[in-house]
Amino acid sequence: MIERKSAWRLTLAVAACVMLPALAPAAEPLAVHILYLEQKIDRPPTLSNLDPVPADLGVQGARLGIIDSNTTGKFLKLTFDLTEVIAGPGEDIAAKAETQLSGFDLAIVDAPAKALLALADLPEAKGKLLFDAGSPDEALREADCRANVLHTLPTRSMLTDALVQFLVKKQWKQIYLLAGGKDGDKAYASALESSAAKFGAQIVGRKDWATDADVRRTAAEEVPLATQASSYDVVAIADESDQFGNSIAFNTWLSRATVGTHGLVPTGWSPVVEAWGAAQLQGRFKAIAKRPMRDVDFAAWLAVRVISEAVLRTGKAGAANVREFALSPKLLLSAFKGRGLSFRPWNGQVREPIHLVTPGAQIALAPIEGYLHQRTDLDTLGPDQPETKCKAFGAPQ
Amino acid sequence: MIRPFIVAVMIAAASPAMAHTLYISNEKDNTLSVIDTATDEVIKTIPVGKRPRGIVLSKDFSKLYICASDSNTVQVLDIKSGALLPNTLPSGDDPEQFDLAPNNKHLYIANENDAAVTVVDTDTRTVVKQFDTGVEPEGIAVSPDGHWAIATSETTSMVHWFDADKLVALDDTLVDQRPRYGRFTKDSKTLWVSSEVGGTITIMDVASRKISKVITFDIPGVLHDEVQPVGIRLTSDGKYAFVALGPSNHVAVVDANTYEVLKYILVGRRVWHMALTPEEDKLYTTNGVSGDVTVIDVKTLEPTKSIKVGNYPWGAAIVPSGK
Repeated sequence: MIERKSAWRLTLAVAACVMLPALAPAAEPLAVHILYLEQKIDRPPTLSNLDPVPADLGVQGARLGIIDSNTTGKFLKLTFDLTEVIAGPGEDIAAKAETQLSGFDLAIVDAPAKALLALADLPEAKGKLLFDAGSPDEALREADCRANVLHTLPTRSMLTDALVQFLVKKQWKQIYLLAGGKDGDKAYASALESSAAKFGAQIVGRKDWATDADVRRTAAEEVPLATQASSYDVVAIADESDQFGNSIAFNTWLSRATVGTHGLVPTGWSPVVEAWGAAQLQGRFKAIAKRPMRDVDFAAWLAVRVISEAVLRTGKAGAANVREFALSPKLLLSAFKGRGLSFRPWNGQVREPIHLVTPGAQIALAPIEGYLHQRTDLDTLGPDQPETKCKAFGAPQ
Repeated sequence: MIRPFIVAVMIAAASPAMAHTLYISNEKDNTLSVIDTATDEVIKTIPVGKRPRGIVLSKDFSKLYICASDSNTVQVLDIKSGALLPNTLPSGDDPEQFDLAPNNKHLYIANENDAAVTVVDTDTRTVVKQFDTGVEPEGIAVSPDGHWAIATSETTSMVHWFDADKLVALDDTLVDQRPRYGRFTKDSKTLWVSSEVGGTITIMDVASRKISKVITFDIPGVLHDEVQPVGIRLTSDGKYAFVALGPSNHVAVVDANTYEVLKYILVGRRVWHMALTPEEDKLYTTNGVSGDVTVIDVKTLEPTKSIKVGNYPWGAAIVPSGK
């Protein structure tokens, strides 16, 4: 029985090489080691304790990715493991991970843009492949892009493009913007302004939310004043760290919907996504993490999926091999979003549908029907190839 | 067999030989719709367990097995009385699709949440074997000669092969992304597998498990992403393969010898699975989103009627007239 089985595996490998070069399972046992690097930051306390940022955000997604990959790998003698290195708010992940990086080809990183760049620029990271699962920062994909970094989290502009596509489709084109004062809020607001210009919506008013006072006690007085204008279709909120966004809905001057970081939220993943088999992924995640799956968890899970898919299909685990496969048209990854995912070869950003969700339901999935693109309508979300400022990925393919 | 010249469906409906009974599982309202194929009208609706999806008939057509996914059980409908039998079958967690071996005894059930295939003895209602699979097994098929069983793992993108005589795992073949369904040819020599996200059909030689052909689809005016093959039906004369292409709302007609795509037939929205009449003159498709069943004339390869059924129709099975 055993000899028959190995003979068949050999036949299979030969058949795959001859007939379908894309399918070349490893014949020999292969262990794939992945590093998980996280830079914890001091988050401002959120106003409400209802929905705190989980301490294990991201890493649980990577752990599930490893479990999934090993379930697959056991049929092809592939094993996957994860080494977690976490730097506290006072520590420096680049310094902490320097020595470990030399022993790994592949790493998943959840860190702010600056820390990610410091990691990517380490001599030990040269020729390695890092997956950014934690920063939506635009510059990381554009002027500051690095050839050794791929991104599995959507950028802010992909999120705001998705949202504005939806608003324009609904003919809710007049946007009143409430922007928080933190860097992320400003970046989100600016991405929203660009998206409005891109798709023909208008920012008809803008208030910067300056107060540090507890908005929960004063929202009924302050929000109507902050949103007092004669006409708008929606109030867009840019409040990434949850300082005031939850108190805007139902307090606005006009009876309008809230969108953005609160209300109708564009995101790479949400616990409410259940179509296309997603209920299975959500269930598996909850079983190990004891909490719902968030966007950074999904991005980390996706990074492991990309790695395991590359190893599975090519039989090789090196960084250069994984990178080449990921950026090639051969990758069409099934990831519970109803269509195959791939990477933009000009900046290493994953192409993916964006979910527009409320806390209870998925309302829409972008790209919204009717937004067309000569390559794929997924490239209507975020900066497109002609306008890219990324040079590190070489000439466009 | 008498094959009268059929010009119109109404004439076909008058022929008593065509009065088969079609069962459709309605995933979102926990019912079966029962259709008389002579009139192509719903004659009965039967309440069943939660989220019924895969349905398969016993070889003597006396029982219909129903995967009630969210009830974590396989229910058994007595065809004669139209009543659910009191005894369900142990199914493992979240059964979605299954197939019955020609021995009428071994039911192979995919347990999507458990990365396993459970083999249940339908007489003793006991689990006789459980196989490990990749992540999210879904498609299940047993070869007509009874020697082979396969399962497709969606997230692992693999076909797992089992020896159905000895009940041992044999081999695993990587295919395109998200394989959802498998179907053996009548002679058990060839296996067809659909890959939903890959957008392809993989043809495999059973004896060698070599991939002999990958079929792709290109429907004019439809985004490639929306071409998502799921259900497959093969005519027994070896002429046609019908492939349900999901949210593209089309069924592809493939020449089963040359693997050339002959035609795309427009059906209802989100087409999942299909059933052929015993004469193979009519094909029925379940259209999840539009909540209906499209009737296709196999001779002309044209849709002739759509039948409103329950909420989110998924599986289809036909009991021949007189059974």
